Formats: sequence, C-alpha cells, structure tokens
Amino acid sequence: MNPFWLRALAPAAIGLLFLALWQVAVRLAAVPVYILPAPSDIATSLWVDGPSLLGSLLVTLRITLAALAAAALLGGLIALGFSLSRVVEVSLFPYAVILQVTPIVAIAPLIIIWVRTPFLALLVCAWIVAFFPIVSNTTVGLNSADRNLLALFRLYGASRWQVLWRLRVPTALPYFFAGLRISGGLALIGAVVAEFVAGTGGAETGLAYRILEAGYRLAIPRLFAALFLLSATGIAIYLVLDQLSRRLLRHWHESAASEEED
Amino acid sequence: MPGASPAKGSSEVAASEAPILELRGVEKRFGSGLVALAGIDLDVAQGEFLSLLGPSGCGKSTLLRIVAGLAAASAGSCRLRLDGAPGRIGFVFQDPTLMPWSTVAGNVMLPFRLGAGGGAGSGAAGARERVRAAIAAVGLAGFEEAYPHQLSGGMRMRVSIARALVTDPALLLLDEPFAALDEITRLQLNDDLLRLWEERRPTVLFVTHSVFESVYLSTRIAVLSGRPGRIAADLPVALARPRSRATRMSPDYAALCERVSATLAEAMAGAMGGAMAGAMGGAMGGAA
Repeated sequence: MNPFWLRALAPAAIGLLFLALWQVAVRLAAVPVYILPAPSDIATSLWVDGPSLLGSLLVTLRITLAALAAAALLGGLIALGFSLSRVVEVSLFPYAVILQVTPIVAIAPLIIIWVRTPFLALLVCAWIVAFFPIVSNTTVGLNSADRNLLALFRLYGASRWQVLWRLRVPTALPYFFAGLRISGGLALIGAVVAEFVAGTGGAETGLAYRILEAGYRLAIPRLFAALFLLSATGIAIYLVLDQLSRRLLRHWHESAASEEED
Repeated sequence: MPGASPAKGSSEVAASEAPILELRGVEKRFGSGLVALAGIDLDVAQGEFLSLLGPSGCGKSTLLRIVAGLAAASAGSCRLRLDGAPGRIGFVFQDPTLMPWSTVAGNVMLPFRLGAGGGAGSGAAGARERVRAAIAAVGLAGFEEAYPHQLSGGMRMRVSIARALVTDPALLLLDEPFAALDEITRLQLNDDLLRLWEERRPTVLFVTHSVFESVYLSTRIAVLSGRPGRIAADLPVALARPRSRATRMSPDYAALCERVSATLAEAMAGAMGGAMAGAMGGAMGGAA
C-alpha cells in the first residue's frame, strides 16, 4: 500500500476500533452517562451544544493566536537581542528560564489581579507559557551560522548588519519554526490554564470555563465534547504551522525536503 | 582586469617585479601551545600558480587563512601588494560553503551584495552580467535558479569557484577545494581551474595534499613539513603549457611527480626528527 495512505488509514482504523469498543463496553456495562458517556452521547452533545461551544472555542482561539503571535514576535526579537550581545544573553537568559519553569497555575492569579483587562491577563499568561521555545530555539539558530560562511562575509567586508540579515537570520529560520510548532500547542495550553484560574464567565466565556461548568453540572457528554474541540484545535494549529514551515523552507532545508522529492 | 596584469602573455614571471605576497618569518601558535607554523618565508609573484603541498595538519590551511586576513600570525609579517578593497581576494573552502537558502545566482551575487567588487552593487546590471558570466565560466549556465541541494558535489564546488571569481580577484586562495570529490569530478575540475587561470591569470595559492594535483596545476610547489609547518622545499614546475590530459601521460610529468613525492617523504621524515627541535624553537620564539 502507498505509505501515505498507510500513515493516514492505520491510525484512523485504530481510532474507529477504539470508539466502537468504548461504545459497546459502556452500553453492555450500563455505565451511567455522568460517569462515562458513550461516544454516541458525546456526538449528540457536540451536535446540540455545538454552536455555543464553537462560540467559546472562538474566545479561546483568539487568546491562543494572539499569544502565539506575541510569542513569535517578542521571542524572535529577544533572541535577536541575545545574538547581538553576548553580555545581554548571559545576563537575561536565566530570567527567561525562570519565567519558563515557574508553573503558570501559580502565577496566573497574580497576573489576573495585576492586569485589569481579562483578555490581556489571559494573553499574558498564555504568552509566558509559549514564548520560551521560540527564544531558546532561535537563539541557538542565530549562533549556528556556518563558520566558513562567516569568514567569507568578513573577507568581503560585510557589516554586522549584513551578517545578521543575510546569514544569521536565514540560518535561524528553521530553528525558529521548530520553536513555533512547539509554542503553538503551548499557547493553547496556556490559554486554557489561564481561563481555568481566571474563571471568567459572562459574555466572554472561553472553552476552559465551559469544561469547568460542565463538570459542576455533571454534563459529562458536554465536557467531552468541549475536550474534543480543544484537541482538534491543538492538532489544527500544529498542522497549519507545520505546513507554513514546510512551505517557507521547502527550497532548501532538510526538514522540508521530503515534499521536494518526486 | 586581466588586461592590467603585467604578467599577461608570459608564463614565466619577471623576477625583478615586486612579489604580490611576501611572508617573512610567519609563525602561528595556538592557545593550546600547539605550534602550527614556524618561520615561513615565502614570496609569490604576480600571476603565479603556487601549490602548498603537505600532509594533513601541517598548517597549510592556517597559512591560507593568515594570507586572507582571516587569522592573525603570532609572529612575522604578511605583506600583500593589493589595494585593500574587498573582493580583491577570492577564497574557496574545502566545502562548497554555499548558502542553502539562496539560488546559484544568489550565491554568486553574494560578494556584490556585501559591497565587494568595486561597488558594482547588487542591483546594477553590470553585477548581474558578471554573475551570469562567472556561472557560465564554470560551466553551470542554465542552473542560475537552482538551489544548492539540487546540485551534485562537483557542481556545488563550481558554484563556489564562480563566487570566488566573480569579483575578478587578483589573488585566489583555494583550500583543498577538490579533496572531497570523486576522482572523475576532481580531474575535470582540475582542467577547468587551469583553463580559468589561463584566461584570467590571477595569482593562485592552492592548498592540497595530492602530489599529482599540485604538479599538474602549478607553476611552483612549496612543500611543507608537518608540525610545526615549515617550508621544506620550493620547486619550480617547468611543464609545458597549456597542460591537458596528455600532460598526465608524459614522462616529464611522471618524473616530476616522483621527485615531488620524494621531497615530500623527506620533509615528513625530517619533521618526525625535527618535531622536538621545532617545539623548542617555538617556545623560545614565544619567550622572545
């Protein structure tokens, strides 16, 4: 069989088998729906609550994407700053690590107190979770320029600026994208965790809050439906970033080369 | 700028002319205490094709980097009679050292983009024409828009040579450029390099560890002994020009190869015995 179809169909078959077993087991054992709903119950809930859940998903997605954009922009700039001065890198990098290893659940309440606008508070939380892989990967990339190419740039009298834009930045691009793919998932997790802590109800209700709410009300099928939407969103973000990276690097980088081969 | 070269038209360079490169007592010691080069004295005349022949690790690449200004000598002087403008020196590394994100044309354009080559500028039609001509000169016409990963190892090396030649350098430095290539490609590139040198007549410093290659290409061979590197012999190569595949079959060529091989073997044997003395000399030089 064509390897592409094998890669697509094999996991799908496993998934279907798993769902079928789940359905049969729940029905046979007559498990109450508030303990473990059958896949059919979840599908029903997804259909019934779909529109309102999608509205909540949009709220969470907005925070996620804004945080990811901020992480890409600020993370890239911080890495550029690090690459321009060794002193700056050595002085500031430990603090980036501290920010990364501090559990977001622990500092989210503080951020929510300090930052008055709920959207902004959630954005900051998600950003803290998402920015580090970009900073750390891009910094490595900016420092990975080929030594002989650096020598050649010197020989031709290149300015610092030219070395940065024509050599270091292109070298760092694949590293940046590798960081971005990790950060995409982290931004979503950060947004969800922040929503859990903030628990903002009202008009701007994110998906995380809907999960909490469904839990309190023992509306377990809805909880699963919301969970399903979150996972699907995470996968979609990853796929989009992966495609973006492949598209931009396809002419030259090994990580995107398999698409080039024909 | 080949017309400006006084050496044009004569393969033997007038001895009275001031050398384009003058090395006097050049030494290189690394922080680890390793003495890579000791007391290198070398004059290179305009238009010469000089091979630096020696075993691996004898410091010949280091010498090339010192000449290019990419490394500093620990002692001694290196004098280049060139105007200081970037682009007067071309450098070819052992690896093609291309930017993988750039096309063949983009890679060859690099010196102009960085402001080398007499301020031709990257946008100028003149620069684009020179890039096209350099790519054609190494036999890659039609591959301008290809990316390095689409090319074979030999073709990548051709791009690297085109980039080094595009600014019409007075001094071309090559650091074992063909060492990683297969024999067939290597012979082909030897011929192409010779042809390009005959056409443009830059001064060439060619680092190699192949006796056959050095004899085939050069007007002169400097044999280096290992650790620390010093010039053990300086041999002229009086083979007829232009050289071709037939040259490789000639008895003169075979005789010269044998002589150079013997000199190299001698130099290496001498270096074994002289390594201690060399290290001592280096240490004393450091104290002075």
